[in-house]
Amino acid sequence: MERTVGGAMITSRPHSRLIGHFLLVLGLIVVVFPIYYVFVASTHSLETILKPPLPLLPGGDFIANYREAFYGGIGRIGGVGVGTLLLNTTIMALGIALGKIVISIMSAYAIVFFRFPLRLVFFWIIFITLMLPIEVRILPTYKVMVDLNLIDTYAGLIVPLIASATATLLFRQFFMTVPNELIEAARIDGAGPWRFFKDILLPLSRTNIAALFVILFIYGWTQYLWPLLVTNSNSMNTIVIALRKMISFADADTQWHLVMVTCVLAILPPVLVVVLMQRWFVRGLVESEK
Amino acid sequence: MNRATFPHKLLPYLLLAPQLAVTLIFFYWPAGQALKQSLLREDPFGLKTQFVGLANFKRVLADPAYVNSIKVTVVFSLATAFISMAIALLLAVQAEKIIRGKTLYRTLLIWPYAVAPAIAGMLWLFMFNPSFGTLAYPLRSMGINWDPLLNGPQAMILIVAAAAWKQISYNFLFFVAGLQAIPQTLIEAAAIDGARAARRFRTIVFPLLAPITFFLLVINTVYALFDTFGIIHAVTAGGPGKSTETLVYKVYNDGFVNLILGDSAAQSVILMAIVIALTALQFRYIERRVHYG
Repeated sequence: MERTVGGAMITSRPHSRLIGHFLLVLGLIVVVFPIYYVFVASTHSLETILKPPLPLLPGGDFIANYREAFYGGIGRIGGVGVGTLLLNTTIMALGIALGKIVISIMSAYAIVFFRFPLRLVFFWIIFITLMLPIEVRILPTYKVMVDLNLIDTYAGLIVPLIASATATLLFRQFFMTVPNELIEAARIDGAGPWRFFKDILLPLSRTNIAALFVILFIYGWTQYLWPLLVTNSNSMNTIVIALRKMISFADADTQWHLVMVTCVLAILPPVLVVVLMQRWFVRGLVESEK
Repeated sequence: MNRATFPHKLLPYLLLAPQLAVTLIFFYWPAGQALKQSLLREDPFGLKTQFVGLANFKRVLADPAYVNSIKVTVVFSLATAFISMAIALLLAVQAEKIIRGKTLYRTLLIWPYAVAPAIAGMLWLFMFNPSFGTLAYPLRSMGINWDPLLNGPQAMILIVAAAAWKQISYNFLFFVAGLQAIPQTLIEAAAIDGARAARRFRTIVFPLLAPITFFLLVINTVYALFDTFGIIHAVTAGGPGKSTETLVYKVYNDGFVNLILGDSAAQSVILMAIVIALTALQFRYIERRVHYG
């Protein structure tokens, strides 16, 4: 409360706030315009798109373009429709988000609530993976995928990306703040590790899980290098990789209106997740990475 | 603190097993292979291998193309981090100043966070592509010979714009959190002493934001080094010439396209060293932060 009063005392000059709004609106234009503009382009015909400048308002081909993208199949990527691409990407993003949450919550639980030989060794083994992003071990990881027959499979898209130190560290940090009394009380009541986990720890972790889910869903949805390597067939592509295949700035037969529809559909789901779960997302982001 | 725990012999290992399995198979084994490969020389068909010590590293570091890609990476990372952080800080300061509409601004400003880097690149190339980009049109009519597909520096400008644009959201959220953590009393005291807004920002707000700015600098560098692969692959493919070939793109290109395994592995190991250095830097900073509260 004091904040607002204090803040108002200092910045009460209206013209300073006006400049603030002006700059923010300018920033918004820079930030939102590219996305808005792709939406506009997705509602125009190919001919209109190829004749600059493109109108600033949506055109009349919304239904025709979206129907073609969903049901007509897209020639450049072997006739695969946008529906398949969205499905693939959703499976990948959900698989990564849920998989990461499950395996990190399990290992954090083991590390914090049990004492066993080699506990710290295991913690460090997980912790060091922070320093091994996929980009630094591309080729050998690819070889492992080939040996395990995981090319062009959902497991291949998901499993190698679900191990991460960040989620484990986050849960570990949170678990360490759980008071000892809770565990002792649970044990006196005869609750075993599973009951304690299910009835006490999991409900306490709800907000952390929600925040992490948003961050990891976006992470999974926006992956590029990994799906590029482990998918060959067009029908296993994620939507981002398919977009790359659909576009050629050099030659003339790129179907830009369909590219634009695909672009909008590739942007929309993660934006919705971020905007609708904004409260958890912002908290989780700022807290988990600090 | 002495933690209360559950007495159990087998359970903790079972709980750790899935993560350890994935980590060992997909992190440690391949990273070890990269290390091993970086010391070997193998022909593209994998028929002959021989141990060559540090020869791969020597060759890679002496290669003008590699030196070029170091330069490209430094320019790209610094420009991306600086532009994106400067815009985000400006917007965060404005957002703290205003009273109405904060949530609305924030809701819209976080959109790019959800956009894949590769798509960010495509959006910018769509707007600025030389043949029908709506925003390339005014550039051309101003007499600028705009063609990022053929002109190296222009290609660099385009990918920096796309990479910085995508990162504004992230930096904005952290700067807002940083600004909110500054005690209001400090700023009021300065105001009473007669310091105007610009001076208050320069002498109080900005120094107090230093830890978060440093943290963001590390994060943005890591982002520019690794997460922007999609932008470069989708927009310029390292070209024109090699003017946008960053270190990560070169690892991919040498390994997967040109099939020079030893060189690619040596480059991977160099990248690993960079990540380890950056991570160490970040953790040192976290320790210091605890100091300053």
